[in-house]
Amino acid sequence: MSRLHDARDTPMRLAWPLAREIFPVVLFAALALIPALAGLLGQQYVLSLFGRVMIFAIAAVSLDLLVGFGGLISFGHAAFIGVGAYAVGILSSHGLREALLSLPIAILASALFALLTGFVCLRTKGVYFIMITLAFGQMAYFTASSLAPYGGDDGLTIAARNTLAGFELLRNQWFFYYLVLGSLLGTYLFCRGLVDSRFGRVFRGAKENAVRMQTIGFDVYRFQLTGYVIAGGLAGLAGFLLANATEFVSPAYMSWQLSGELVIMVLLGGLGSLHGAIVGAAAYLFLEEWLSGFTENWKVIFGPMLVLVVLFAHGGLMGAWNAVVQKVAQLQPFANGAPARD
Amino acid sequence: MNAALLIVQVLNGLQLGVLLFLIAAGLTLVFGVMNFINLAHGVQYMLGAYLAVTFYDLTGHFLLAAALALVAALVFGLLLELLVFRHLYYRDHLDHVIATFGIILFLNHGVKVVWGSAPLNLPIPEALSGSVQLADGLLYPLWRLVIIAAGLATAALLYILIGHTRLGMLIRAGASHAAIVSVLGVNIQRLFTIVFGLGAMLAGFAGIMIAPILSVEPGMGDTVLILAFVVIVVGGIGSIRGAFVAALVIGLVDTLGRSFSVDVLRLMVGPSAARTIGPAIASMLIYLLMAFVLYFRPTGLFPVRGR
Repeated sequence: MSRLHDARDTPMRLAWPLAREIFPVVLFAALALIPALAGLLGQQYVLSLFGRVMIFAIAAVSLDLLVGFGGLISFGHAAFIGVGAYAVGILSSHGLREALLSLPIAILASALFALLTGFVCLRTKGVYFIMITLAFGQMAYFTASSLAPYGGDDGLTIAARNTLAGFELLRNQWFFYYLVLGSLLGTYLFCRGLVDSRFGRVFRGAKENAVRMQTIGFDVYRFQLTGYVIAGGLAGLAGFLLANATEFVSPAYMSWQLSGELVIMVLLGGLGSLHGAIVGAAAYLFLEEWLSGFTENWKVIFGPMLVLVVLFAHGGLMGAWNAVVQKVAQLQPFANGAPARD
Repeated sequence: MNAALLIVQVLNGLQLGVLLFLIAAGLTLVFGVMNFINLAHGVQYMLGAYLAVTFYDLTGHFLLAAALALVAALVFGLLLELLVFRHLYYRDHLDHVIATFGIILFLNHGVKVVWGSAPLNLPIPEALSGSVQLADGLLYPLWRLVIIAAGLATAALLYILIGHTRLGMLIRAGASHAAIVSVLGVNIQRLFTIVFGLGAMLAGFAGIMIAPILSVEPGMGDTVLILAFVVIVVGGIGSIRGAFVAALVIGLVDTLGRSFSVDVLRLMVGPSAARTIGPAIASMLIYLLMAFVLYFRPTGLFPVRGR
């Protein structure tokens, strides 16, 4: 697939990387300016809305790593968010509120859960993988629901946000916003570095043709398991932030509906570009915000929209953007008398 | 933990298993033949229950309502196939998942709009209400026995249909070599539609049968869907026989686990600890079973060859 892509891109080798770089730069610059805008407009809820968008964007980026680059369609990704969130909730219910402690624990707990489930999940392929990740997600959900000492079905209220090195910094919403933004940027850059690295090439190679990678001599299972654990840990980071943002954890964070929504976010943005996942998360949550203004049952409208997107619009929002960029880029070669090959 | 309680729980487990089979059979058929993941199968089951309640309110006659609901479930399933699924058979699994997830969202909230979010009830038909005495001091609700019998009868019918009729032969052939069946002059599109309709009817039937003992509410299909997935993954996707065996095993393990985990754990750890971790372990049991089976047999207990 990638080779096909390269061939089509040849006439616009100059324009293409630029377009690929400009988009994320603009995106993050805009996100960095949001608090100023919110301050000017005097609408503080914008901060919490965008904070929420970015938290889910972190989870969506980590899922894009699996789905878009590894071809591993995980339908239980919300479980990792939930494990991370519960780590924060359980620690703080025992009086441990230090972020320097609970953040690594949240990430490690999610990564460990990913390791244990990935151990079994990755032995299977295709549709089995989808269903097993779904089933393990439900397992985490029901386990959380039956954790009577930690709220069970009702969830667990967190008395106060984590402290950072003893200071009540996370309570400041400006600080928290930039903490979330920094986490998103870090996650994004880390994932981009990862997919371009040798590890990433093997990981992507396994998506194109696992048997061939195996034959070349790579232990595909080990690479995929590593990728799965990394994605799980990153979703744990999202869980840590989510628990702190809402000051509440509940089994609903692990529900398979949320897993499905994460897959939708990634798909809406366009698979395999990482910043597409951020756009997708934003698009999904804004759509939710907008549609729920009309009716409480906004999913009655959203469901059919989703079906239409699958039926008629391939490649998601980033696919549409790329098509525009390609059109623009194709104008140049024509001027030089070298029409684009197709 | 006495013998009577054990018998009752085993029957309850069988009843759950039979219900799971009805749902899993449709799911595994549709996947086996069309290679299509239908997440919306659970909401079709929910819709069956809702339709049964509505037709009962209209007609006041259980059997008539059940028959009408079954037909309506079939028509709705065929409509879905015509409008959406038909265009996705040759697409990615990811597309299947997203499109059918959209249908879940639509129907789960759609029933709230139409019927309201309060749970509804369907009365058990009078002749079949009440309990039967299985042994001294051991009463068991008759309707649950009816569900078990109906499920087993359906399994037998499916066995004959798939194994010993011309249509079944085409379905089996379509499952392994759809293209060749098509080249041999069979209208494969129509075969797909028939299989899908069969699955929709099975799901609707399960919904109708369970409606009298469960509250009919939005989202009731979701839990069952996941359990049905566990069933077909353990049984081997595409295999009806595997679905039958796995459904009964999962139904029994889940029911017995839930009723006896606290008692069993009490023997090992203290009573208070048992009360805390018992329910958690019970709810994990079938997933652990699934993990165990898949670790040793990644394609399930009865893998379908050629896939």
